[in-house]
Amino acid sequence: MVSFTFTVKDEMGLHARPAGALVKEAVKCTSKVTIRKGDKKGDLKRIFNVMSLSVKGNEEVEIIVEGENEAEEVAALEKFVNENI
Amino acid sequence: METITGKSILKGIAIGRILFYQKGQQQVKRVKVEDTGREIGRYEMAKETAIRQLNELYQKAVKEVGEANAAVFEVHTMMIEDGDYVDAIVNIIESQQVNAEFAVATTGDNFSKMFAEMDDEYMQARAADVKDISERIVNILSGTESGGILGDEPVIVAADDLAPSETVQMDKEKLLAFVTRYGSANSHTAILARTMNIPALIDAPIQEEWDGKLAIVDGYSGTLYVDPEEGLLNQMKERQEEDRKAREMLHELKGKEDITLDGKKIRLYANIGGVKDVPGVLASDAAGIGLFRSEFLYLESEDYPSEESQFIAYKTVAANMAGRKVIVRTLDIGADKQVDYFKLAHEENPAMGYRAIRICLDRIDIFKTQLRALFRASAFGNISIMYPMIISVDEVRQIKKIVDLVKKELDVQGVPYKDVEQGIMIETPAAVMVSEELAKEVDFFSIGTNDLTQYTLAIDRQNSKLDNIYDSHHPAVLRMIQMTIENGHKHGCWVGICGELGADPALTKTFIEMGIDELSVSPTFVLPTRKNIREIRIEKEE
Repeated sequence: MVSFTFTVKDEMGLHARPAGALVKEAVKCTSKVTIRKGDKKGDLKRIFNVMSLSVKGNEEVEIIVEGENEAEEVAALEKFVNENI
Repeated sequence: METITGKSILKGIAIGRILFYQKGQQQVKRVKVEDTGREIGRYEMAKETAIRQLNELYQKAVKEVGEANAAVFEVHTMMIEDGDYVDAIVNIIESQQVNAEFAVATTGDNFSKMFAEMDDEYMQARAADVKDISERIVNILSGTESGGILGDEPVIVAADDLAPSETVQMDKEKLLAFVTRYGSANSHTAILARTMNIPALIDAPIQEEWDGKLAIVDGYSGTLYVDPEEGLLNQMKERQEEDRKAREMLHELKGKEDITLDGKKIRLYANIGGVKDVPGVLASDAAGIGLFRSEFLYLESEDYPSEESQFIAYKTVAANMAGRKVIVRTLDIGADKQVDYFKLAHEENPAMGYRAIRICLDRIDIFKTQLRALFRASAFGNISIMYPMIISVDEVRQIKKIVDLVKKELDVQGVPYKDVEQGIMIETPAAVMVSEELAKEVDFFSIGTNDLTQYTLAIDRQNSKLDNIYDSHHPAVLRMIQMTIENGHKHGCWVGICGELGADPALTKTFIEMGIDELSVSPTFVLPTRKNIREIRIEKEE
């Protein structure tokens, strides 16, 4: 299991469009991908899960990747987040 | 058991569950299914179609508003494919054994509630997205296999009031009776009930909580029994059986002539609203169709019905009637029959407003489309055309000019048509007063007694408070009818009645004595009226 944390820069938070973009990226992974905000967790491959966390601007979230290819996949996700979210 | 009373429209008994119809919302009905695998299959097909639609929308939006703004459609696609959403729908279909429409609508409601309850305004607004995707799937599902707004079990429809645009969407096979809180004896719900020969109560204080309860509508006493007791239920079932036997007796009159004891033949025709009523007419053994209310083609449509779709409808009716007369009344909307896409302004007094022929002579394109369809269809049967709401000779002349134009176009295009009989509705006192002049212009008159009574007595037929003085037997109305018949005959017009009064057993003899040539009644009244005609002996010399 590997993970990384990041702060959502977009003032609107993880609204539909960035959430959608993130889900699209997560779906490409073979690993199980989880998003955590505080004590709430959601499946990053499921948009309703992600949106139900209601992540706002400047909030910190953790993305947890578990699976055979977790090393490469977490790197890809982190790169995507840094460039897009 | 609870009991309420209302005004009864038709004698008869109906037993079934109450469905309380809510305005404005096209409720998705819960229907029990045996084969859940098939429902899941239907859902999956609809899901794929929805995704395809969204992809197309996305591509289109990218071009038009850019990728960032188009992203909403991508998000919608993700929502539709979302595992939780999909699992919830499949789970509802399987565990509750229900139709896909209901499962999708329920899931949509649940998910949108989740968003609506979030503490973030933006997220609350996403409830609308969830509703949107769910509606998209439900629409695709109902498009492929329409469940309609009624369920799969016949019901007693209860409502505050019902507009024609609402009743047209109801599957007639599933209607046992109407019970409305408002409405009048001459409203379209009442007319529909008579056409369908089902009991209806109006002005009945129904309660929404009765939705889903078993009830009896007793059209003889004007009573609605909710949660009836066993004894009453059995008694009512016996009454129903007696009614059925009485109807069977009437069937022996099939194939018999519509002729009085002293040999006067009457043309007994039926009134219809569309192609789907034709089997009822054929079963009723009517000699023709005396009133085809073409406005239902418009009411049932989302947009102006095309010439082609109208042509097919008229042709189908004419062909099915196999040479028997089919009198089509041209578009009669406005007043109590409203069609959204016509965008008619709200009027204080619509019965006297912009309606029927007044719209047709103003928006000539719409009129020409209908006339072209009618003349084209005339080649396939025995069609006549009738124009509503006439008040002057000048209107008839204007109509004739447009008809000539249409015929010339068809000639140029080499499209075949017949020279059809053309007549007018006599439903305004003005038309009655100038009926002698009008008779020189047309081939026949058909008296619309509902409007003629309303205009002669100055009584709004939609106003239930006036039902007690709305008297179709008023001597003023009867003299209007007499005058119309006399003036028509003077100039070779045949004269008929296509309003509700034509089926009034108390007046059959009076009309025949006045010299009426044709009576057009709801299909269910054809045989009872035949029975009356065959028992009459004319006393007065013509």
